[in-house]
Amino acid sequence: MSEPGSFAIETTGLVKVFGTTRAVDGVDLRIRAGGVYGVLGPNGAGKTTTIRMLATLLRPDGGTARVLGHDVVREADMVRERVSLTGQFASLDEDFTGKENLVLLGMLYGYARRDANARADELLAAFGLEDAADRQVKHYSGGMRRRLDIAASIVVTPDLIFLDEPTTGLDPRSRNQVWDIVRALVADGTTVLLTTQYLDEADQLADRLAIIDHGRVIAEGTPGELKASVGSGALHVRLRDPEQRMEAERALADALNIPIALDSDPAALSARVNDAELVAHALSSLSQSGIEVTNFALGQPSLDEVFLALTGHPAEEETTQEEPVA
Amino acid sequence: MTTRTTSLPGTPDAISEDRLRTALSPRARPAKPGPVAVSLTFGWRALLKIKHVPEQLMDVTVFPIMFTLMFTYLFGGAIAGSTSAYLQYLLPGVLVQGVIIITMYTGMTLNDDIQKGVFDRFRSLPVWRPAFLVGALLGDTARFGLASAIIIGLGLILGFRPDGGASGLVLGTLVVLAFAFGLSWIWITLGFIMRTPQSLMAASMMVMFPLTFVSNIFVQPETMPSWLEAFVNVNPVSQLATAVRGLMHGDIETTALTVSLLSPVGLTAIFAPITMYLYRNKK
Ligand SMILES: Nc1ncnc2c1ncn2[C@@H]1O[C@H](COP(=O)(O)OP(=O)(O)OP(=O)(O)O)[C@@H](O)[C@H]1O
Ligand SMILES: [Mg+2]
Repeated sequence: MSEPGSFAIETTGLVKVFGTTRAVDGVDLRIRAGGVYGVLGPNGAGKTTTIRMLATLLRPDGGTARVLGHDVVREADMVRERVSLTGQFASLDEDFTGKENLVLLGMLYGYARRDANARADELLAAFGLEDAADRQVKHYSGGMRRRLDIAASIVVTPDLIFLDEPTTGLDPRSRNQVWDIVRALVADGTTVLLTTQYLDEADQLADRLAIIDHGRVIAEGTPGELKASVGSGALHVRLRDPEQRMEAERALADALNIPIALDSDPAALSARVNDAELVAHALSSLSQSGIEVTNFALGQPSLDEVFLALTGHPAEEETTQEEPVA
Repeated sequence: MTTRTTSLPGTPDAISEDRLRTALSPRARPAKPGPVAVSLTFGWRALLKIKHVPEQLMDVTVFPIMFTLMFTYLFGGAIAGSTSAYLQYLLPGVLVQGVIIITMYTGMTLNDDIQKGVFDRFRSLPVWRPAFLVGALLGDTARFGLASAIIIGLGLILGFRPDGGASGLVLGTLVVLAFAFGLSWIWITLGFIMRTPQSLMAASMMVMFPLTFVSNIFVQPETMPSWLEAFVNVNPVSQLATAVRGLMHGDIETTALTVSLLSPVGLTAIFAPITMYLYRNKK
């Protein structure tokens, strides 16, 4: 039984080894029920492996994991009753129609044939797949396939759903549709754990997130906290006259009291600042010294910068989507 | 109301927020289905698969017909003096071969499900786990049954007249089916291990061609060189063919029948537990 106030997911020292690869290397997570929890990491970070252990599809080689209060190894059946998984690659019967896929799952969950049919129709309508209901899945587009795959995971609404890179390889429109579905799930009380390689996706959807790299959690917190941990945003200034750059550097350094970076553009300077007031002061001191500014910008640190600061390498943005070929 | 058209094929349709909310609204879960219900559902899935991929029935329908016609007319005169006399000997054997060859589909279908990820979905469901395999075996029953019916039907048309009558035919067929189910476990086991359905097919052909051709299905072993005769006689497929021939023609070959019935029991005892282990621990 899960006691009130306990975590939806709680792992201690979770480990999975494939041969010599430590795919998951001591992951500790504490995830509260409700909302979206994001797991962010580059290719090969161990996201899928972690999720598969939590969804009882892989047995951990070390550590423990409890999902909704149940141990994923000893009480796997109890976990399976309450969670569902939409894997990184669609797990659908390609030869079947969209509707048949859902009816089959409905019946496996215990619906009578007629109720399973009704439930399938309802889901197809809700996910904008009505027109494709009687088409074989192998003729679906990537976005349709994704939505059907998610629909298949919520034939019976789970208390917790794992979505493994639900938007990788989707166009912006399809991505938005998946986001709508995720938000609707959360509004409905389902806890969502999603993995992503896209920083803006984590920013948009996740209430909290863990950044993992090489099988370890390297940072955890709300997107805001993670950004704050890197310190600051960047001030970018561009001068009319590149000749004045040295002078501008001195003026800015005096006003901001921090090191100023000279960009590759001979007319540009930048600095990390965390106080917008100081920026106004610095800019006015530039004009007082007769230095003309053509352009300036003050940016929030992006999660990209967070990622870079934490791992020393940028998050890969290339997609790894491989649609299974029928 | 929307004026947007969504009829372009492959264009994502609009998602309606209201419908989404309704579809996700909490509701009573259906009662958890029992092992029988789940197995039957998986069986239904296997039949649905046959409906969508009818090509896979080629081997079940066309090959047995080809074999029966080919061997009857090709060898009939030479081996037994007349095609009709040969058919009495050959047909039970062709039934054995026709059904045994298609046992590999069980493994190939499973392997395909694993490669495509469908298996993971089923494995994460809160259902009685062996149901997936039981359902697959139910689908096989349909395949094996269809192949048997075609072979026996064609045989009767061509002049096969078993002395054992209808009961002999039925009993003989049941023994073949029992043997086929036992054999299926081997391919299911390989289905978990092999990388592609094609490699599984190649592996099973390497076993099944010698096993079915180097047997007494087509010719009596007495005319063979003695080393070959020895192999043919211990080949369980020969034992099965002898047993089925006996049942269909009205005399019980006790030894052959015992071997034919014990082989699948032995195969199941060895391979079913291995299968369940692989099922639970598949990566
Ligand atoms: N079944 C397996 N056998 C061997 N190695 C594996 C297996 N599954 C994963 N790995 C390895 O474990 C590491 C983590 O893989 P995992 O799939 O969990 O990463 P991921 O974060 O999901 O990456 P991606 O963004 O590419 O999906 C990788 O180095 C991968 O090669
Ligand atoms: Mg992955």
